[in-house]
Amino acid sequence: MTAYVRKQMLEPSPPPASQQGVIGWMRENLFSGWVNSILTLAAIYVLYEFLSLGLPWLWHGVWVADSHLQCLEIIAERFGPDASGACWAVIRERWGQYLFGFYPTEEWWRPILCFGLMLVALVAPLFADDSKNAQWIIAPTSALTLVLLGGAGAPLLVMGIAVAVFVLAAWASDRPVKLLVLTGVYPFVAVWLLWGGPLSGPVLAVGGFVILWAVVKLFSGRLGVPLSAGIGIVAAFLWWTVIEPRLTASLPHDLLALAPVESENFGGFLLAFIIGVSSIGMALPLGILLALGRRSDLFIVNKLSVGFIEFVRGVPLITMLFTASLLLQYFLPPQVQFETILRVIILVTFFSAAYIAEVIRGGLAGLPKGQQEAADALGLDYWQAQRLIILPQALKISIPGIVNVFIGLFKDTTLVSFVSLMDPLRGVTAIVRADIDWKAAYWEPYLFVAAIFFVACFGMSRYALYLEARLKTDHR
Amino acid sequence: MNKTLFLGTLTAAALSAGLASAGTLDDIKARGEVNCGSNTGLTGFGAPDDKGEWHGFDVDLCKAVAAAVFGDQTKVKFVPLTGETRFTALASGEVDLLVRNSTWTYSRDTDLKFDFVAVNYYDGQGFMVKKDLGVSSAKELDGATVCIQTGTTTELNLADFFKANNITYTPVNVADDGEALRQFTAGACDAYTTDASGLASTRATLPDPDNYIILPEIISKEPLGPVVRHGDNAWGDVVRWTYFALLTAEEKGITKANIEEVATSTQDPEIKRLLGLEGDMGKMLGLDAGFAKAAIAANGNYGEIFEANIGMSTPIKLARGLNALWTQGGLQYAPPFR
Repeated sequence: MTAYVRKQMLEPSPPPASQQGVIGWMRENLFSGWVNSILTLAAIYVLYEFLSLGLPWLWHGVWVADSHLQCLEIIAERFGPDASGACWAVIRERWGQYLFGFYPTEEWWRPILCFGLMLVALVAPLFADDSKNAQWIIAPTSALTLVLLGGAGAPLLVMGIAVAVFVLAAWASDRPVKLLVLTGVYPFVAVWLLWGGPLSGPVLAVGGFVILWAVVKLFSGRLGVPLSAGIGIVAAFLWWTVIEPRLTASLPHDLLALAPVESENFGGFLLAFIIGVSSIGMALPLGILLALGRRSDLFIVNKLSVGFIEFVRGVPLITMLFTASLLLQYFLPPQVQFETILRVIILVTFFSAAYIAEVIRGGLAGLPKGQQEAADALGLDYWQAQRLIILPQALKISIPGIVNVFIGLFKDTTLVSFVSLMDPLRGVTAIVRADIDWKAAYWEPYLFVAAIFFVACFGMSRYALYLEARLKTDHR
Repeated sequence: MNKTLFLGTLTAAALSAGLASAGTLDDIKARGEVNCGSNTGLTGFGAPDDKGEWHGFDVDLCKAVAAAVFGDQTKVKFVPLTGETRFTALASGEVDLLVRNSTWTYSRDTDLKFDFVAVNYYDGQGFMVKKDLGVSSAKELDGATVCIQTGTTTELNLADFFKANNITYTPVNVADDGEALRQFTAGACDAYTTDASGLASTRATLPDPDNYIILPEIISKEPLGPVVRHGDNAWGDVVRWTYFALLTAEEKGITKANIEEVATSTQDPEIKRLLGLEGDMGKMLGLDAGFAKAAIAANGNYGEIFEANIGMSTPIKLARGLNALWTQGGLQYAPPFR
């Protein structure tokens, strides 16, 4: 009698059907108890109700019609008298206004080029040492911008210049920091492109900043950064107010001039991006200075920073916008024409700078005191210590908060409709609905605007996640 | 900054602001265009079209004023103003003139320190209901739900009306015309109330306008008209008499088409004075002799402007009603050009 000895291992039998696959996943995640089962069923019911309303509405969408009434007729004809449907024809007819306001159609290539250049100019600060992602941004941006430029009928010369800039950017993208020059020049190019006028305007305006930079470079060794910056600002101010107007007057007016476009024609997302991007760009440095000022031991600097931050944070944005558009006019003589858009940009910048200052102060407070002491022990002066040791760490901690402020700011640009600027959400929609053909269009404009805002804000949010992952140096 | 310097700056600012309002007409002439406060978008009354060109009943009055001052109706800049900002914008000098369906009321005239120089549209608050509600008078609306725009005089009028008639209602608050239209057609409210002109334009956009009726009761007086600042009388006169020129032109049968012919053939002394062929009417206002002629030639007389923007030939289909000339049973009456 031989004992039975198994010579082969048995194949492991699969887990029971209720523990694996779709069923197992559902048991574990959706129906793991009676409370969860009820919640799941309720959620499915709500989702069904929502989709059974929304999907047919989207599916019945009409793209070609002359009026909202005609849309309804077409839907009734195709899908029966009780069918509801979206009337996208309003977007098809008026998308230009949602994107550009009343910017002249034949000049649309200027904001398009401006937007393309903005993305390229952002590459250097956003992806300083990450050439792979820099190329990922530059390549599609270039292609899309060129296609859109062609579609908008840009002059051939402009197309040529755009191609040259994009090729240059692609060539430099192995080290994106090299593109910082582009970033520095961009604001002036953008103002020239958008508002038009002779090229000498932005070139001379750059002159002021060159003077400021040169003065700081020359004197900061002997006088220190703050004092030399002060002298530089005075010198630049002299240039802008005294020398520049005379130079402008002596130059011919049509030198490389673009057709001027009045500010009141700016609207839609063009306006939202102008206010949003320029405010974000200026609020970050101002916010950093305010945060440092608030932690400073210098009595006046400290109190001024605290006063500014607390005052601005204590006042609602709407109040500041009303001040910008209406009350300033009381104090300015009537000859002074000070563009509403510029006033709004300045006050929105102040507003978000105060919030950013507090976010960054949180980051500064999160650093151990030893960091500052170590910098002192190395013999670094105040600005070197901040630039090389304190701020890189503090800003890294503050990224989620800063991006939060930026996203909020970008969406807050729609509030400018209260001061009669043509924001995409309320300003342009009011104009579109004033046309009797589209008076009844309700959801479609909102959905269109929401979609564009979502893309922009989601992009910012993803970038923040990427940056956090990239700067992560701890081992958590 | 020390205190003296601060006060000095403030005084200088106040002084220059005071000087500014002393001569609005001169400021406008120096600037080369009229800044006209208008609506951010109201069907038929004032809105830019898809090219950015402004059109509408109120807009055409601004264009007529520009034509009267400069002889060119394009020398006007339209500043879109919301309900909240319109009066501050006028008071601060951001606009010279407000033509934005603003109701002439006691407190706006006195407390806010404005002058309503004319009434270019007599409006009133009405109700629209679905036909199958079976209601033929607003007094039968006891217990109804009513869609109403918040923060407007119409809200207060509504409360007054129901209280006076001892009936009740439930308000459904909406933010604007578009939302009201949506709520009303979806059945969220039994009745929608706003100015009668607004009801007409809303009804015109419905797919089945015949299923809705506008009730006969008009529960408030809403005289809408152009507004200037208090103490700005010379400029106010320019606006007022430009408007009266348009009315007189309709009364005398002068249209955009026949104005040149009338100017050469007329024997009527008042028409001659109006068109600047006799006397020096323009000079009394500080304008050219042909100011009224230019204003009429811009977009026609009052009746033509009405018909082109909101009249029976447009989708809005407003009848003249109270806005007919006094000779035809309406309230529009221009003092004599003499």
